[in-house]
Amino acid sequence: MWLTASGLGCVRSGRDVFTGVDFSLAAGEALLVLGRNGAGKSSLLRMIAGLVRIAAGELVLKGGAVELTLPEQAHYVGHQDAIKPALTVRENLAFWAQFLGGEAAADADASLDAALDVLALGGLATLPAGYLSAGQRRRLSLARLVAVRRPIWLLDEPTSALDVATQERLAGLMRDHLGAGGIILAATHGPIGLSGTQELRLAGAASPAGPAGPGPAGPGEAA
Amino acid sequence: MTAVAALLMRDIRLAVRLGGGAPIGVLFFLVVVTLIPFALGPDLALLRRIGPAILWLGALLASLLALDRLFAADHEDGSLDLILMSRLPLEVTVAVKALAHWLTTGVPLVVAAPVLALFLDLKPRAMGAVALTLLVGTPALTCIGAMGAALAVTLRRGGLILAVLVLPLTIPVLIFGVAAANAAVGGPMPFGPPFMILCALSLISFVIGPFAAAAALRHGME
Repeated sequence: MWLTASGLGCVRSGRDVFTGVDFSLAAGEALLVLGRNGAGKSSLLRMIAGLVRIAAGELVLKGGAVELTLPEQAHYVGHQDAIKPALTVRENLAFWAQFLGGEAAADADASLDAALDVLALGGLATLPAGYLSAGQRRRLSLARLVAVRRPIWLLDEPTSALDVATQERLAGLMRDHLGAGGIILAATHGPIGLSGTQELRLAGAASPAGPAGPGPAGPGEAA
Repeated sequence: MTAVAALLMRDIRLAVRLGGGAPIGVLFFLVVVTLIPFALGPDLALLRRIGPAILWLGALLASLLALDRLFAADHEDGSLDLILMSRLPLEVTVAVKALAHWLTTGVPLVVAAPVLALFLDLKPRAMGAVALTLLVGTPALTCIGAMGAALAVTLRRGGLILAVLVLPLTIPVLIFGVAAANAAVGGPMPFGPPFMILCALSLISFVIGPFAAAAALRHGME
């Protein structure tokens, strides 16, 4: 499996967020997306998830499942947890496992419990999710990664709100995923416990001189 | 099919649990239908004559009530992102969510209508006619409303805009629903034609609604 981006550009409401982003990831490799606030880290991940239009350049996945699109093979864990407060912890995870996993959910019960246990939510399974703390909500949305197998993980600041023990657990999960031939892209401000990762530093298209500047800066490298 | 069943069950669960939209719709229906006799006064002949229209108006407003949350709730908590990334075609997703909304909002209104018809002194035949026309007509309200809900998904205070967008589009459903109900009670017109047109409106909106709503969602997420 091979995920390649060449000359990716992102435009939000008429403003260039970033231009000319290139990276190339093979199976088992991880990419840390770095950059200051507003540099477009989240936009890049959402673009790969198919939620933001690709304004320039192209994104190619080779060697994945032929009949599926790139977003259908990717997990996206963003700032919002996609958790319904009125459902219990287990119901929340069970819904996403069935909805995202499709036909593979036959042995769902065992894998759900396993996924909850991995993120130390096993004891809270019957609690309505509205009672969870921020870190527990984050753990519940990370449990999707375990409950449904998808080869590409798009993680937007995955360690935010997590305690140290859970950060180590998450690092272990990510190492297992890479070991199994997965691909991880993570937007982050700090270390997330992976070694040997590639780094992509987004400078942002806005010039540091002032917010009025960016107009003429971008279009030169539109491929 | 697991995904379809999972989505249907989740939306039904959310609607009937505390804070969901299902009981609110019926209660709102009750309040509207109860208020109108207070405004009109105790003229039973008048109430009997306009009863089907009152019930239809009440059901129309009540079915709109929970519609603005159809996609907005999923948009706010990030669920819509994941729904867009699923293998289920978005049109199917919209149709399933509309079905769940109709089962939790439309069907209770149909069941409640004969009971509320007692307040308006409707005869059993008129009660049956109103319930039957509502059963056939409320799916059209849901599907038309789904289009509006998809358009308003990214807007704050989308509920108000939804009402302004959707209510004019429901006029044909209202006309033929009330016409069919009145015809069944013994109006000048036969029952068949308006009822058939009402059926057709429901079928058309069920065909167009999911595609239009899915297109609006895709466009709105940009």
